[in-house]
Amino acid sequence: MSLITRTQWPAGDGVEATAAWRGFRGGAWRDQIDVAGFIRENMRPYEGDGAFLAGPTERTTTLWHKLTGLFAEERRRGLYDVDASTPASITAHAPGYIDADLELIVGLQTDAPLRRAIMPNGGYRMVEAGLRAYGYWPDPKVREIFTKYRKTHNDGVFDAYTPQILAARKAGVITGLPDAYGRGRIIGDYRRVAHYGVDALAEAKRAERARLDPRRASADVIRDREELAEQIRALDELKRMAAAYGCDISGPAQTAREAVQWLYFGFLAAAKEQNGAAMSLGRTSSFLDVYLERDIAEGRLSESAAQELIDDFVIKLRIIRFLRTPEYDQLFSGDPTWVTECLGGMAEDGRTLVTRTSFRFLQTLYNLGPAPEPNLTVLWSPRLPEAFKQFCAQVSLDTSAIQYENDELLRPYLGDDTAIACCVSGMRVGKDMQFFGARANLAKALLYAINGGRDEMTGAQVAPPTPPVTGEVLGFEEVWQAYDQVLDWLAETYVDALNTIHYMHDKYAYERVQMALHDYPVRRFLATGIAGLSVAVDSLSAIRYAKVSPVRDETGLVVDYMVTGDFPAYGNNDDRADDLAVQLVEAFMAKVRRQPTYRASIPTLSVLTITSNVVYGKHTGNTPDGRRAGEPFAPGANPMNGRDRHGVVASALSVAKLPFDHARDGISLTTTVIPDSLGRTPDERVANLAGVLDAYADTGGYHMNVNVLRRETLLDAMAHPDKYPQLTIRVSGYAVNFVRLTPEQQRDVLSRTFHQSM
Amino acid sequence: MAAWRTVEGKVHSWDISTGVDGPGTRFVVFTAGCPLRCLYCHNPETWRLRDGVPASAGELIDRAAPFRRFIEVSGGGFTVSGGEPLLQPALTRALLTGARELGLRTALDTSGFLGARADEALLDATDLVLLDIKAWQPQTYRALTSAALTPTLTFARRLAAARKPVWIRFVVVPGWTDDAAQVDGIAEFAASLGNVERVDVLPFHRLGAPKYARLGLRFPLAEVAPPPAEVVDRVRRQFEAAGLVAV
Repeated sequence: MSLITRTQWPAGDGVEATAAWRGFRGGAWRDQIDVAGFIRENMRPYEGDGAFLAGPTERTTTLWHKLTGLFAEERRRGLYDVDASTPASITAHAPGYIDADLELIVGLQTDAPLRRAIMPNGGYRMVEAGLRAYGYWPDPKVREIFTKYRKTHNDGVFDAYTPQILAARKAGVITGLPDAYGRGRIIGDYRRVAHYGVDALAEAKRAERARLDPRRASADVIRDREELAEQIRALDELKRMAAAYGCDISGPAQTAREAVQWLYFGFLAAAKEQNGAAMSLGRTSSFLDVYLERDIAEGRLSESAAQELIDDFVIKLRIIRFLRTPEYDQLFSGDPTWVTECLGGMAEDGRTLVTRTSFRFLQTLYNLGPAPEPNLTVLWSPRLPEAFKQFCAQVSLDTSAIQYENDELLRPYLGDDTAIACCVSGMRVGKDMQFFGARANLAKALLYAINGGRDEMTGAQVAPPTPPVTGEVLGFEEVWQAYDQVLDWLAETYVDALNTIHYMHDKYAYERVQMALHDYPVRRFLATGIAGLSVAVDSLSAIRYAKVSPVRDETGLVVDYMVTGDFPAYGNNDDRADDLAVQLVEAFMAKVRRQPTYRASIPTLSVLTITSNVVYGKHTGNTPDGRRAGEPFAPGANPMNGRDRHGVVASALSVAKLPFDHARDGISLTTTVIPDSLGRTPDERVANLAGVLDAYADTGGYHMNVNVLRRETLLDAMAHPDKYPQLTIRVSGYAVNFVRLTPEQQRDVLSRTFHQSM
Repeated sequence: MAAWRTVEGKVHSWDISTGVDGPGTRFVVFTAGCPLRCLYCHNPETWRLRDGVPASAGELIDRAAPFRRFIEVSGGGFTVSGGEPLLQPALTRALLTGARELGLRTALDTSGFLGARADEALLDATDLVLLDIKAWQPQTYRALTSAALTPTLTFARRLAAARKPVWIRFVVVPGWTDDAAQVDGIAEFAASLGNVERVDVLPFHRLGAPKYARLGLRFPLAEVAPPPAEVVDRVRRQFEAAGLVAV
């Protein structure tokens, strides 16, 4: 806990704070940085429905329309504009506006909307590739600085990678590693900026640093001291950046508008400094609600004006942009930023954390139309107020733009001030961070086991040589033992790669301002992940329950499989297959746990692929389940397309069996249903969808993306993208603009189980 | 062991559905075999008893058991559909009894043509009957289904006397059942029963056509287009005018 000393308030006696905190209840949060405590004592649960909500004002609509024209241009060119000569920092760019007269909440990443910044600290190569791909010339001076004088994260990582890591990376058995760009998945507690003001935060950081003074200067202590110094420096920059927009954020926000603005400045500073793979917002809505409701009670705001502030804030979150390469966008689909905001959930004392502002955030999907960002995430509990559940279900039916995570799994593990980074990664806001670790390809690893460590596509020896599996029919025990050995190697190589990456990221691209908005010391997770679970499981099931004969090429490499007989497939709530999935997750996590981790981070695992299931599939040969080489994997923890023969519920129940205790970084399920499969009337669909979400949470399911779409709509959108600029669909853990997917990804979405019956 | 467990029969498949086979999310057993040959049938693969897979009620209920909690929380139940479940009354009774023992609300999806085969024990184990009334004019009914209408009406009256909740299902087939007089006939009849909770007005569709092709059969209504929305709305209003809830 960060203590605040009495000297921090400029007025000496806390006069300013008293004015800013007028009417707030409780005390403990006043003397230390404790936003969760403030929320607990001041949040007003809302059990009613959405009838109070206001539509968009003319101002909001006008402002939004100033951007929609730019979006079309951006879609056409891939990006709208770049400032190629100013390496980004919190203060590098002059203030920018969409329309200064119309904006209620100000602040852009650069000096103009949709103008992207370059962030070479993560890796200069990525910057240059991004610029060239979109027809921009790299600035020679920037190149000189970052190739001659200033080393980057990317350079550092490649200095320290081992030949084994490089081989595994090249073969695609470990992929998506954040070794050339910002790792992201760190959530600053941006609420602190609004509630305490920057001076108090800097003071608390100085106190944290002073507590280290008696310690000897070991490597760990030196690093912590330097990081805290950087954090304090970043807070000062944050203040200066806000000042450039005419705001003095040294003290706490006095009004709701200031609270939204201060909070956004905190987030904006992070988005100016870091090109993180996921730049999540946290859990801000019910915090902001306290400020909004106070202003409404004081007669300062109408409902419409309160909604306007949230609409304006969300407009800003929708235009967060990073310069990335087309290959990166291909891997992750359509330029995502994962500005994830968590709504709802229950408090530990049994009250709901749903407030009117939870509704106001969802209302932005109507006021501004659907959009993938911010990544609105509902923390679902069967105990949520019924009216809120129904409203969420309605929003899903109307927009397909929200995702659900199981509050009943997250709260016991992380408490009730937990937020999601990226898609499914839970963290206590301001207390935990994670080292994002992309994923290991378990399907490909199974092929390595069969082939004695050789790559099934190139024949190269990637894993250490072991005796290849022989015989005309694959035996389950023999394959499982060989697999176990390959997974030992994989876990070791993978964690070594992650340790290297995060060592270098801390060294060369440290998240100064985000970490300034965390307590010291922070708890760290090492977030590993797996891809290809359903392919590996069905392959193992085929080997165990059917007859699988390997087909070898002239070098003895197994390149294909003949399957005779039936085998149970994962995704039908059939324990024979599902138990193999559970076993595999547990086995791999056990191996990960045995590895030494950088900064003693706590290892976790996710079953999440984002949309990289397409790319991973491309890099994986024929598999014993009958999948052909190059075919996409199923996303996340999803069963393979078409193998789940009993609809969404059976499929979801298979996924719900995966043990959260061994996959604490999240288990992702994406479902797509047609509206008719949820019921015959709109009311029935709402009630039935809410019932399915209740039941999924109750049975221990962790995450669900809900798409309610007609196949014809997607086909039409492929043919006429301009008609559907805002068509949003959910894929593994986040939402994307359908029309910004590559044709290959669009076809994958279409071929994915389109559940006719739920 | 409960007596119902060992009852055997032939089934086509099982599934989990939401909002289409009764309220909420339901475990649905599709039994094999049907005495009717409705021109618009979208499940021709369930017509013949001999095409079904042998199964005991016990093993089918065991299939449903892993879904029990999910179904309960989501507000659903267990439905026996077909085919025509009453072609195999012993199996159907055993399934409904077993589902009840599992703690699930039960529904029977039937044309009512074989209603006489449903004994009291079967009806006692049934919470809701989804009853198809496919046409009102006996000649139309026969032409459309190849069977007589009267047994269905007799079954409907029996359910009414037993105060058993019923959802009527009516498929709007252009040129066959969309005639206002036909609809009024069913509406008045249904309203007179007193136990009809709602009427599902279902527009005819041709999604079953590929199944006919696979089975080497001719789809008799291949040339009939689905009804326009205004016709479906008009049919709903007719039911509503009779005092019924139509969706």
